[in-house]
Amino acid sequence: MLDIKDLYAGIDGKEILKGLTLHVGTGEVHAIMGPNGSGKSTLANVLAGRPKYVATSGTVTYQGKDLLALPAEERAREGVFLAMQYPVEIPGVNNIYFLKAALNSVRKHQGQEELDAMEFLQLAREKMKLVDLDEAFMNRSVNEGFSGGEKKRNEIFQMAVLDPKLAILDETDSGLDIDALRIVAEGVNALASEKHSVLVITHYQRLLKYLVPDFVHVLADGRIVKSGGKELAEELEQKGYEWIEGEMATASR
Amino acid sequence: MSSTTIEQIASQEYKYGFITDIEADQAPPGLNEDIIRLISAKKNEPEWMLAFRLKAFRHWLTMKEPTWANIKYGPIDYQATSYYSAPKQKKKLNSLDEVDPELRATFAKLGISLEEQKRLSNVAVDAVFDSVSVATTFRTELAKVGVIFCSFSDAVQNHPDLVKKYLGSVVPYTDNFFATLNSAVFTDGSFCYIPKGVRCPMELSTYFRINSANTGQFERTLIVADEGATVSYLEGCTAPMRDENQLHAAVVELVALDNASIKYSTVQNWYPGDKEGRGGIYNFVTKRGKAFKNAKLSWTQVETGSAITWKYPSCILQGDNSIGEFYSVALTNHHQQADTGTKMIHLGKNTRSTIVSKGISAGRGQQTYRGEVKIMKSAEGARNYSQCDSLLLGDKCGAHTFPYIEVRNSTAKMEHEASTSKIGEDQLFYCQQRGISAEDAVSMIVNGFCREVFKELPMEFAVEATKLLGVSLEGSVG
Repeated sequence: MLDIKDLYAGIDGKEILKGLTLHVGTGEVHAIMGPNGSGKSTLANVLAGRPKYVATSGTVTYQGKDLLALPAEERAREGVFLAMQYPVEIPGVNNIYFLKAALNSVRKHQGQEELDAMEFLQLAREKMKLVDLDEAFMNRSVNEGFSGGEKKRNEIFQMAVLDPKLAILDETDSGLDIDALRIVAEGVNALASEKHSVLVITHYQRLLKYLVPDFVHVLADGRIVKSGGKELAEELEQKGYEWIEGEMATASR
Repeated sequence: MSSTTIEQIASQEYKYGFITDIEADQAPPGLNEDIIRLISAKKNEPEWMLAFRLKAFRHWLTMKEPTWANIKYGPIDYQATSYYSAPKQKKKLNSLDEVDPELRATFAKLGISLEEQKRLSNVAVDAVFDSVSVATTFRTELAKVGVIFCSFSDAVQNHPDLVKKYLGSVVPYTDNFFATLNSAVFTDGSFCYIPKGVRCPMELSTYFRINSANTGQFERTLIVADEGATVSYLEGCTAPMRDENQLHAAVVELVALDNASIKYSTVQNWYPGDKEGRGGIYNFVTKRGKAFKNAKLSWTQVETGSAITWKYPSCILQGDNSIGEFYSVALTNHHQQADTGTKMIHLGKNTRSTIVSKGISAGRGQQTYRGEVKIMKSAEGARNYSQCDSLLLGDKCGAHTFPYIEVRNSTAKMEHEASTSKIGEDQLFYCQQRGISAEDAVSMIVNGFCREVFKELPMEFAVEATKLLGVSLEGSVG
């Protein structure tokens, strides 16, 4: 699904990722953990193609394609979805209209027929239940006046509708209470399947209680420094990131 | 990547730049009493009309061009402009079929073919081509309910009493430099009269089009809704490409008598000049309405054209319980400058006014909102709500807001909100990350921004308005 090799990337000339290598297979759920400033969000944004985030060397292959060569909208249409850490507000643009436009541009790209208003509404209603969003939500402007939790749930709702092949969650758990956390995790679990891969980026282990990863990676100073199974997350929670930093210091001695 | 797309979208050149080759009957350049007499004679006007023009001209000679607006332009040589231009016509026309085919083709290019208008949209069109009306439709049907909808020249000939009574009653000939100039030299325009208690059965529409090079166009429009009458009027304009600046100074007067209602919608897309700021229309317009008891005036405008726009559609809320509304979208791109807004003058008791202004600046466009709300002593219980929002695309454009508020009655309630935002990289990226192209994203964001105003437009105009913003709504409304 996704193959990242020796990736160097940064923002405004500042190098943040320093030789990151990661392989995500189809149907796998990977968690990327790491202290603040380790490059977690940079990774998410480079993969999604946010302007200003520039890859200087290395390769990213997604389903056999050179991902870095594609503009952001092409990546999205190819099935890459980024649940944002800070979803923006778009005043005056109807939430449901926005999502319909998005879905149909993805479907068109993938050679599927575009959905008409009725078909789309049916799909949207179904997926809304998943994240426990009220229908009144559909007619509000995109993220405008949404609470932090509502914004995050809206991201997961969009993800459920767009049905991406690779979903990247950039600190979706930050600022969520336990109930919201559970809802978000359920939404992701509903997506995770043989055909879908998920990359969960998080600072804390708590989301991983509800959303069980196949692999856990620790990111520090722009590189994956440790990989393991779900037990690695628990170990990290107990020992803290100093443990990793300590190990790194030992290794470099 | 996304920023280049904004620039690409913002740098699309004017699509309606073509010149129709029709022989024009044109006055020599210059402005003096002889020219005014010539205009009046060409139009076969009665003595009182000439007297009005001369009075205005003599007053104009004593006036100075205003300089307070936040716009910059070179000096206008009023003596270098020709003040009269009429397409040469052999005879008076009885039906559309007799209209010069080249003229018809011009309208067709603009997508406003008269027969389409007639057949499909049930809109009566009084097409003003340069300064003379060449075709008027639906007049007979309107006449059945007593509605008069004709060119201003015809009104002077056929309804002199109405014209005499209301001309200058809202915008006096002494009002301001440009309005006074218009009073002296106006060539044509539209006249509407809706009799007592009549709800006008269709939306009235006029397309103005400036065609002859170096011909200032001076429209004069007068709409009178008698007691209890209702009318919706649409004004739309596009002009062909020109190298030299063209002066345009129109005057629109609305009179809403007791319990009457007038809705006036404008889509203005005159030539804005090229990317370097050459050419383009200078648009100095005076639009004002007077509302009597329980009457309602509503201005809705979408201003995307002209090199310079100087325009403040206003309401004098004279009668008790009268209502004034102003909904505006103005877009400036390249080197366009707009100083626009409204005035709401509250005189009557319990008068209410609403102002919603949306300014979009792109390229090097400069935009100023200038609004004045005056609550006079007599206006017990008056209320005003003002909202002006600015949206910036890119970092070389500007938005300025000058709200003036004057309250002389302590029972007044005023609300004012203002905001400035930028189409951020973040918003664009958000849309793109969901699979929406940058161009569609900009269009979506801009239309979302304008939504409160667009929903005030009549349906067919709303469609045109979104087209004019160079974007398409594709059913996002509703």
